[in-house]
Amino acid sequence: MKDLFAVVMLSGIYGLLSASFFVALDAVDVAFTEASVGAGIATLLMLVTVTMTGRYEHTAHHKPIWALVVVLVTGVLLIYGTLDMPYFGSADAPGHLHVAPRYINDSMQEIGVPNIVTSVLASYRGYDTLGEVVVIFTAGVGVLALLSVTRRPEESAEIDATNVSMHKKHLILRIVTKMLIPFILIFALYVQFHGDYGPGGGFQAGVIFAAAIILYSMLFGMSTARRVINQPLVQFLSAFGVLIYGSVGIVSMLNGGNFLDYNLLSDDPVAGQHLGILLVELGIGCTVTSVMVIIYFNFGGRTEDYMRNRTKDA
Amino acid sequence: MDSIIEISSALSLLIGSFLCLSGGVGVLRFPDFYTRMHAVGVTDTLGAGMILVGLILLRPESLVLIKLIMILLMTLFINPTASHALAKAALHSGLLPLLYQRDKQKGAESSNP
Repeated sequence: MKDLFAVVMLSGIYGLLSASFFVALDAVDVAFTEASVGAGIATLLMLVTVTMTGRYEHTAHHKPIWALVVVLVTGVLLIYGTLDMPYFGSADAPGHLHVAPRYINDSMQEIGVPNIVTSVLASYRGYDTLGEVVVIFTAGVGVLALLSVTRRPEESAEIDATNVSMHKKHLILRIVTKMLIPFILIFALYVQFHGDYGPGGGFQAGVIFAAAIILYSMLFGMSTARRVINQPLVQFLSAFGVLIYGSVGIVSMLNGGNFLDYNLLSDDPVAGQHLGILLVELGIGCTVTSVMVIIYFNFGGRTEDYMRNRTKDA
Repeated sequence: MDSIIEISSALSLLIGSFLCLSGGVGVLRFPDFYTRMHAVGVTDTLGAGMILVGLILLRPESLVLIKLIMILLMTLFINPTASHALAKAALHSGLLPLLYQRDKQKGAESSNP
């Protein structure tokens, strides 16, 4: 397929479909993330990139037969490899015998959080999650380093002019968006703080929060959004989330335990676990939201500059 | 009373499924973008709405009710807006309705025979 716009749309549809099969597999937390990132934000970022790079792929002059052969051989080998794996859903698969029984049986006594996914993510596997948060933070820093442009401060008359011209173009969308954004933000907070009891948590809440901000900046213009959402503050928050996560670990070390051992955060081990998970999820939420916002604003800012220069040249 | 509620729930579920099905047929069979949009709009708003109403009537006294009402309100807000945005984008990028194109061609033919 040569039309990149169609490719982007197809990948968005694929994201939504895979979210629904995650639901069918009872992995609601993953489905949540996949629906908001795979179908929402990733598609949007690719669209922003396509507006800059052009809609159609260049025609290739060579026939990629060898690439096809490599793909086929790898695929056949991978399928051959699955033959040795245990049957889908079988109870004696190695993955189900190692640590999973302990999580399922003891999570309620040790951590006291009804949603086992949250207890595994934030407490048993706290190191891994810290790593993930650092990876997300690094992505934000990378985007900032590669794509950020220094822009002169825009005059407020100019910003108001774009705002008014967009108001005429997108009246209905703007009104509906204005009505929806508060609900989206409240829903994100619900997902954030209800993660102990139902599906959700910092990652999902962060992405939903960022989606609301991105929706706003799409309909009210990048420059207005830049005035509403303070970019240095967002950059600070992205680091602050990682800092919260790390300091929870340090505090538990100072109390005489291991790094990220939440039992020692409070007198009662279970209360300590609750406190630790709450703080850690808060840190994750901060970092994910601000990194998503940073990525979108830098991609969008690049495109905006590019469009402006093109109209100036023409 | 219960039987009335059950029958009306079944009716709205049936109407909703019929609308979804006919919307699907419409997307495949209609000739141009705007008529297809119409089919999709019917599926999105009325079809999904009727199915949700049917589900609400099935469970009138639980927390599920509130969640379903929230979903209903959201679909009623978002789907027409999405259809509007889609149609507007198509018109903006220069796609004309099929009938309009045909009329224009006819007008061109009759004016210079």
